[in-house]
Amino acid sequence: MTLTLASAATPAPKRQALVATAVASAAITMLMAGMLGVWLRFRAAADTRMSSDGRKVIKDWLPSDIKIPEVSSNTMLAGLFFGCVMAQWAVYAAKRDDSSHRSVALAVCLLMEVAIINAQVAVYSQMKIGVTDGAYQTMFYAITGVVVVLLAVGMAFTSVTWFRSVGGRDNDSHVVAAHALYWYVLTAVFCAVWFVVYVQK
Amino acid sequence: MTTIHTNVDVTAAGSRAASLVSVIADWITTADHKKIGRLFIGSSLVAAVATAVLAAFLGLERMSASSYSILNGDSVVQLFAAYQFSLVYAIVAPLFIGLAIAVVPLQLGSRSLSYPRLAAFGFWAWASGLIITLAALGANGGPGGGNSNMVDLYLLALGLVALGLSAASVSIAVTVLTSRAPGMSLLRTPMFSWSALMGSMATVLTLPVLIGTLAYLYVDHTYGRVAFGGNVDVTKWIGWSFAQPQTFIFAVMAVGVLAELAPIVAGVRQPLRPIMLIGITLVSTAALGAATQSTHAMSWTGTTSDKVQEFIPFALFNLLPILGVLIVLALGGLAAKAGRVKPTASFVFAFLGTGMILVGMLVHALSLIGPAALAGTVAQESSTLYVVYGAVMVALGAIVHWGPKLWGRRLPEKQMFGLAALSLVATVLSSLPYVLAGFLDQPGNAVAGWSYDASALLNTVSTIGHALMFITVLGFIGLAFKHFTTGALAGDDPWDAHSLEWSIPSPAPAGNFADIATVGSAEPLLDVKPARQGASA
Repeated sequence: MTLTLASAATPAPKRQALVATAVASAAITMLMAGMLGVWLRFRAAADTRMSSDGRKVIKDWLPSDIKIPEVSSNTMLAGLFFGCVMAQWAVYAAKRDDSSHRSVALAVCLLMEVAIINAQVAVYSQMKIGVTDGAYQTMFYAITGVVVVLLAVGMAFTSVTWFRSVGGRDNDSHVVAAHALYWYVLTAVFCAVWFVVYVQK
Repeated sequence: MTTIHTNVDVTAAGSRAASLVSVIADWITTADHKKIGRLFIGSSLVAAVATAVLAAFLGLERMSASSYSILNGDSVVQLFAAYQFSLVYAIVAPLFIGLAIAVVPLQLGSRSLSYPRLAAFGFWAWASGLIITLAALGANGGPGGGNSNMVDLYLLALGLVALGLSAASVSIAVTVLTSRAPGMSLLRTPMFSWSALMGSMATVLTLPVLIGTLAYLYVDHTYGRVAFGGNVDVTKWIGWSFAQPQTFIFAVMAVGVLAELAPIVAGVRQPLRPIMLIGITLVSTAALGAATQSTHAMSWTGTTSDKVQEFIPFALFNLLPILGVLIVLALGGLAAKAGRVKPTASFVFAFLGTGMILVGMLVHALSLIGPAALAGTVAQESSTLYVVYGAVMVALGAIVHWGPKLWGRRLPEKQMFGLAALSLVATVLSSLPYVLAGFLDQPGNAVAGWSYDASALLNTVSTIGHALMFITVLGFIGLAFKHFTTGALAGDDPWDAHSLEWSIPSPAPAGNFADIATVGSAEPLLDVKPARQGASA
């Protein structure tokens, strides 16, 4: 016997892309939080030494011969914030069925991601450190490498969203919103990495 | 004429081969959640059989504590690594993720899993990671391994396993959050689906921490070996992911199975249902363990203030999950009291298995209390065994329960009752001796190097327990293969159950539901069924 329940109209989509991105974002947050936790543990365990000007005692975590290229790292942070603005512009345009502005915003977003990865390469190039040189160097490449992977995933996400936009998917606002959420989370995550790795050192 | 006859044979053989290729291709490329779930379940059960054999071998070696009799010293480290890895990441985690993938969309009244190809990717990533991990361990990789390239491969493959399980968990969580039938609020979600949400979210929040740590370990081991202690300290950094409380996260869904089955066998609506949901949720607080990547022991020394300071994190990490299981057991008992219980084999499996998980949690908590002096002993392995074998028992019960919806046929109740009893004996025999051995200072992860009178007896009994678990799971697989292919056809609702999956034909058709149902309560089928005689709610 098959029991019969009252049937209903097919329910409206429940923002699956947005929810999936939120869940994935939680995973990304834990990934980076875990990595930063290990980084801070190593930093806390490092010996102390006098600073180069002899005025204060500092943690001997960042080797004294390594200089952090602040312009490139700050450019990455600024690029991510600008990307957030573009991603939100895309959401704004999508809600108003303005496909041309949506596509332009997503295209600029994609360009920003290329620029950010370029800035990361510049950081590597300017620091001139070898991955085998020591604990700091090894961990620096590991944590920034994971950030680059997350940026590459973001580029793929932006590319797909942009192609869908250019292809005329006008009822796609939840995907554009999900894309914006990913950007916000990526920016927040990079803020933490920027502060711990590039500022606090 | 003969020539024509031969051609017919050749054509038929070719047709059969093409059909076989088509079936294999269908399973490899499937996006049907029921098939993906069954791939996870089948693979995990095979892994359970293999792991029980491995555990029995290690047990045989432990019978004589003075010397190596079967294995050699170099292989023991890798075998223990394979054993611990398999218990957690080849058995308990994928088994319940597979069950959730197969069952949750049916329970929610959904036509499919959200992002089924992500779940399929999860399966293939997990399966290939599993094979590569075991191959790397076999080639002297893994923690403490002497083959540097294989250690690198082990780290990468373990990351692939974690990535696959995380991907499948995202798919499950999104399904529960977005694909429920009209009228099914989160509070009306079936208990197993709720536990699937809690378990998958906890998995999504913890396994990325493992992946991040593996990224550090891989870069360090491949290039510098200057920060993380090379191959020797691998376990120090990722050991938390093979032990409690991480295993509790994978057992959350096992507790959900019991919560699902208790009101069904009692034939009543679950009393105090929101409290039951909270109980299941409390088990998933074990996710906090990953946040600190370490255990929280209680030395029970110093002033009262010191003791209180130690007790709070100890309770948060180790006692809250126990409270969750106790709540589920208590409310299950309340449902039994309110109704008229008709025990089924699936319920017996789930009840006994959850009891074993609870014992495992208690042993784990005990092993972290300083005066018990169980840290570093084999008692901690016992805790893992109780949780994992208990979870396997529950999973077998879940397969008995939902088998009709996945295969259209029932497993024989009488034999299943027998296997449930055998699995209980197997779990107790394999685990309890190690608790006692822990009090006698037998070290964990070692096959030699201790001395006490009852050593041979305790380790022999434990080995028999592993052998019985091997027989249990192998027997279950055999019976399942036989009865799910040629057994008695199951009706649409063989258990007089409460949730939406029992309103559709068995096995569930492609697309699951022809019509989307409207849900008016947490037990929608009870709304349209006459009340069972003797049930008070």
